[in-house]
Amino acid sequence: MAINRRDFLKFSAGTGLVLATDAKVSAAREKKELSPDAVGILYDATLCIGCMSCMVNCKKANAEPGGALYHKETAGQIPYEYEGEEQKYDAPTSLSDKTLCLIKAYRGKSEKEEGEGEFSFIKQHCLHCVDPACVSACPVQALKKQPGTGIVTYDKNRCFGCRYCQVACPFGIPMYEWEKSSPSVVKCQLCNHRIAQGGYSACCEACPTGASLFGKVTDLQEEAKRRLNLKAGDTYAYPVNHIEHGKTTEQVVPEYVDHVYGLEEAGGTQYMFLAGVDFDKLGFNPKITNQVYPDLTWEYVSHVPQLIGTLLVAGTVTRLVTQRMEKKNKDNESGE
Amino acid sequence: MESNPNIKTWTPATMVMVVLIIVGISVGLYRMIYGLGATTNLNDAYPWGFWLGLDVLGGVAMAAGGFIIACAVYLFNWKKYRPIVRPAILTAFLGYLMAVLALFLDIGHPFRLWHPSIMWQYQSVMWVVAMHVIFYTTTLALEFSPMLFERLGWEKARRAVGKIMVGAVIFGVMLSTLHQSSLGAVFLISPSKMSPLWWDTKLPFHFLVSAVAMGLAMVSFETALSKKFLHHEVDKEIFTGLARGLLIVLGFYLLLKLYQLFTVASPAMAFDGSVEGNMYLLEMFLGVILPVAILAVKKYRNDLKVIFAVNIIVIIGVILNRMNVCLFSQESYGAWRGLGYSPSWKEFLVSLGVISIGVFLYKMSAKHLPLFSH
Ligand code: SF4
Ligand code: SF4
Ligand code: SF4
Repeated sequence: MAINRRDFLKFSAGTGLVLATDAKVSAAREKKELSPDAVGILYDATLCIGCMSCMVNCKKANAEPGGALYHKETAGQIPYEYEGEEQKYDAPTSLSDKTLCLIKAYRGKSEKEEGEGEFSFIKQHCLHCVDPACVSACPVQALKKQPGTGIVTYDKNRCFGCRYCQVACPFGIPMYEWEKSSPSVVKCQLCNHRIAQGGYSACCEACPTGASLFGKVTDLQEEAKRRLNLKAGDTYAYPVNHIEHGKTTEQVVPEYVDHVYGLEEAGGTQYMFLAGVDFDKLGFNPKITNQVYPDLTWEYVSHVPQLIGTLLVAGTVTRLVTQRMEKKNKDNESGE
Repeated sequence: MESNPNIKTWTPATMVMVVLIIVGISVGLYRMIYGLGATTNLNDAYPWGFWLGLDVLGGVAMAAGGFIIACAVYLFNWKKYRPIVRPAILTAFLGYLMAVLALFLDIGHPFRLWHPSIMWQYQSVMWVVAMHVIFYTTTLALEFSPMLFERLGWEKARRAVGKIMVGAVIFGVMLSTLHQSSLGAVFLISPSKMSPLWWDTKLPFHFLVSAVAMGLAMVSFETALSKKFLHHEVDKEIFTGLARGLLIVLGFYLLLKLYQLFTVASPAMAFDGSVEGNMYLLEMFLGVILPVAILAVKKYRNDLKVIFAVNIIVIIGVILNRMNVCLFSQESYGAWRGLGYSPSWKEFLVSLGVISIGVFLYKMSAKHLPLFSH
């Protein structure tokens, strides 16, 4: 039976596979499903009045031990970012190593009604992706997705500061303590320390209008879809703070953009958004797609074991073949 | 074996290097004490900067010559290149040492550099990269050790390494191939930040092929230098052979990049006058198209002076490519976030220091080690 070249290639690749493949590693990457106990936040920009209670409370709650802003050296201090000399107001303009949560305002001209401008607030913090790019990127498992709650947490004692998480996160969320000689990554951890003690996210607890609503992600998804089906102008009893706590407030239903941001984006997130203004205008990178980002690198990493095997076999075979050829040449020469 | 009397230790160039090394180390210490913010212009939109682009990505690409020549000599049995196998391995070893040194300064917690070796996360490209650095630097040290043993007269140790040399080379070729491509794979996860002029699912392959080109150019370049300054006789055939190899690899790379330009990006992007477009054109014309055009002419391909010049522009071109992938490809993303980056003078000084350490060690090795004795 003649062996053609392609069969030979297949064979050598196969040998490599057998040699080096750990079956589990090379198996297709499991699709990460949303855990039924996953918790998250639904932010409805149309309800937000821009009071920034969430920002203030986020800082306070996270400056406590266990919080994402807590440092032994600065225990008891809340990391405000003052502007001007009076040092009166905490005035961050973007997320930073001192600010996990930020309210921004968008003002723009609407295309339909001339003159009358569109307006919206938007709240930025980590989206707790269902399959987070940052977790897949971190080489030392400093960033982890908690089983159950699905919260993406950070362990500063593991982190060695490569900052690949910053490169990987499509939403540009992880911030770095550039000014410290012993720096950490800083990002919202959904108030994991409070949830561990039976509480919930400080930003939602502080929100007076229900714009930031805490709950199980599945409940929040239903709630979001329900709101999109409401008729503009009707009134609706909007849940406030925590979707399971039963507190509501009656509001007139606004005109929604027919999209729940976070349902599909980056493969789905546990922090979701509703708004009356196009999401592209609200500071979301328009190049973010529904791509599950970790799949992009897994496509490569999953082939590494095979490549190791194949290259080792190919290298050895080449050496053997050239050695034999050399020997033959020598034999021929001496034979003549 | 005696030290090479042709090489003087204290030349003006060496003195300059020593000064640069001292300055670099001082700024490095400053960084260790005061942190990255005080030393660099890095920020949250540009977490990776000059050190990573030039010293780490560039340094590793520069080191590719080591595995290519080792592969040619030990695996393909191309004896012609035996005289340059040691300098090539030395360059690779030094290139990796430089990269590790730069990484040490670049990561937030230098003394946790070892963390990936015990905290595994095999889904992370960065973890794969870290493991390759560890294993390949060790392998290179092993491949380099015979030069040291020979000099010290440790015959037994030399013979012991000699026995496993072929195994080490096979292992090294595997590691190196994967490491070069893994460095490209690192960027696969950021399509929403990088310009499609560089981002592509084939990025790992692009990195590998351009590293091979860089490796060939680098080996030829330094062989020419040691011929001139260290009075080391080299056959012309080695240079022309390397130039032919360079033409083939760069030609192939050009096709890859053109394919990407027409399928993933679009030619219009390259010519739209943006920073990305201009950097792309510079990189492609200087580092790829021009050298291919020159080397395609047989007369030039056999002219040592021309080859020398081509090597230089290829080296610059590939370094430019790494800087582009790491920095300039994110220009519009950075602008969208309202942040920019250009290296601080402290970053420059550290990079200069790191490069000077590499060159200085190379020179000292050339003087004191049997680098060309084969
Ligand atoms: S938004 Fe960014 S930081 Fe947050 S979980 Fe997703 S990838 Fe990680
Ligand atoms: S900077 Fe820290 S958390 Fe981020 S990827 Fe690197 S090790 Fe992980
Ligand atoms: S969940 Fe907690 S940490 Fe995250 S933004 Fe809200 S208050 Fe801040």
